[in-house]
Amino acid sequence: MTSLLRVEDLSMGWGERVISRGLSFEVRRGEIFVIMGASGCGKSTLMRHLVGLERPIKGHVFFEDSDLHQGEPQALDVLRRRFGVMFQHGALWSSMTVGENLLLPLRLFSQLSTAAMVQVAEFKLALVGLQGSYDAMPATLSGGMIKRVAIARSLVLNPDVLCLDEPASGLDPVNAARLDELILALREHLGTTVVLVTHSVESIFAVADRALYLDDQLKTMTAIDTPQALLAHGPERVREFLQHAPQKP
Amino acid sequence: MPLTARGSKTDGHVQWLPSAGGWVLQLRHDWRDYAPAKAQAAPTTLTQGTITVDVAQLAAWDANLTSSLWALLGPLAQRGLALDISALPDELRAPLHLALQAQSQPLEPVRPAAELSVMGVIRESLRWDDLCLTLAFVGELLLSIGRLRQKPHVFRWADLLHQMDEMGPRSVPIVALTTFLVGLMLAYMSGAQLDRIGAPNLIADVVTVGVVRELAALMTGVILAGRIGGAIAAELGSMTVNEEIDALRSLGIDPMVHLALPRLFGMLLTAPFLIAFAMVVGVLAGIPAVTLVYGISLPDYLNNSLLALNWTHLWIGLFKGTMYTLLVVIAGCREGFYAQHNAQAIGLATTRAVVKALVWMVMAACASTVVFQSLGL
Repeated sequence: MTSLLRVEDLSMGWGERVISRGLSFEVRRGEIFVIMGASGCGKSTLMRHLVGLERPIKGHVFFEDSDLHQGEPQALDVLRRRFGVMFQHGALWSSMTVGENLLLPLRLFSQLSTAAMVQVAEFKLALVGLQGSYDAMPATLSGGMIKRVAIARSLVLNPDVLCLDEPASGLDPVNAARLDELILALREHLGTTVVLVTHSVESIFAVADRALYLDDQLKTMTAIDTPQALLAHGPERVREFLQHAPQKP
Repeated sequence: MPLTARGSKTDGHVQWLPSAGGWVLQLRHDWRDYAPAKAQAAPTTLTQGTITVDVAQLAAWDANLTSSLWALLGPLAQRGLALDISALPDELRAPLHLALQAQSQPLEPVRPAAELSVMGVIRESLRWDDLCLTLAFVGELLLSIGRLRQKPHVFRWADLLHQMDEMGPRSVPIVALTTFLVGLMLAYMSGAQLDRIGAPNLIADVVTVGVVRELAALMTGVILAGRIGGAIAAELGSMTVNEEIDALRSLGIDPMVHLALPRLFGMLLTAPFLIAFAMVVGVLAGIPAVTLVYGISLPDYLNNSLLALNWTHLWIGLFKGTMYTLLVVIAGCREGFYAQHNAQAIGLATTRAVVKALVWMVMAACASTVVFQSLGL
């Protein structure tokens, strides 16, 4: 598999506070790549750097061969549209209906007719199992539905990479497992590369092709491999992290 | 020789003794229902070595001894000193070990407490770094007007109409009420003074010039600061907290063009009409006072008002009012966009937006009055 995203010697932080440093890895086209680690280790921050929402203290993020943090802002805007991003709490635009949430990017960045845009939006909602929710307001949806709509919105411009920030957080085990199935189905049927930020060990084993471990104490990545390999041969803290998966009955 | 603990209130329960390679914390007497005073904490000179807890002379104790020891030893663990608590009974050692372990972990930097009080916000708004951030925001807002030409499709026309509706027609009743009462009060109070010098016919001049040149603009600005500035900050702050603005940015949508400009243009298009309306209401509010209290006829009052009014007063009033309302939008958008990502942020952003808008308005009013007066206008 070829490399789609490449991170080179990335250091990230706020002001003088370094969250993580020396990060180098690549995300291959078509894989499900998981960023894992304990709460507060910088997983979500790393994802925000990967999609160009934050500037690194040091280092580079390349999408194909384009540096996400160099060049004109307009070029970055174009690159960003090749990412589909789902934020931790969905981040649906609360003043718009579900349908309008999906239509906004289409209206701004596609040449489709209104009827065609509505069809695309309804199709994307059907992909995530929410056909019929087009006219609903986000406030009337459950947590799991909000996350599905957010995934549908992130898919609406047919992105090359889908970045999902803690999709299972705040969901019951049944809905969390359904989201894992959805992620696998999207990769299988749409061929989308997925970058998944999670600390859910169950999700990691369910969906990940490879996983990266961010160590909150060492403030860097300490391992990158398949979850099974990390569990068998990874550093002690990574094995300890992965061993805390709830046992299935 | 035992080190004297800080202060002089050592009642003998705690002794810090030097030993080979470190220090001994000797606990003595009866520790039931006893808590050591701050004065008995470790001396500041105690910076390295191992601290050994000695309980050989401890007469009696209860479970509270754990928290007392934690208070004594916790700061030392934070400073990186090694602790030997093996002499403690099991019931004390286990929980103390757990607490000290947690204490020894590095703590996240604490974010400075946000200022919620009005005086706090005023102080904050006058800080240099806050002013720089505001100037940067204004610069970004101006640049976004340039970007609008490159990507006009990102601009939300529906939002512009919605904002104009909120800022204009929906603000009319409250603006009318406040300017009417201010105009009435001005006519009544100025009449009382002018009547004493036999010049009640000048009431119309005072009311007209006062309202048109200063008060209509100021009252409209104050009302919009509360009604619109607070709403803008709450709305944008909520979008910031819920990552809705990040969602826009992730799609390459410029949030300034998409969210701030409709509010800015909405205000620019609406404010002059609202201010002109406030001027009319304020001047007409003088009628009840002058006709009923001071016996001036309605035609005389209106005639004197028209004679007192000139284009300079009118455009200065409109200019000032538009400037105040722009400050309201800038304060609202700035606080909303820079809100922190926590639950408190929305309330804080709203408070800051309103207070800052009021402070900026008063400063702008003073500055513009001085400038216009010195220009002879």
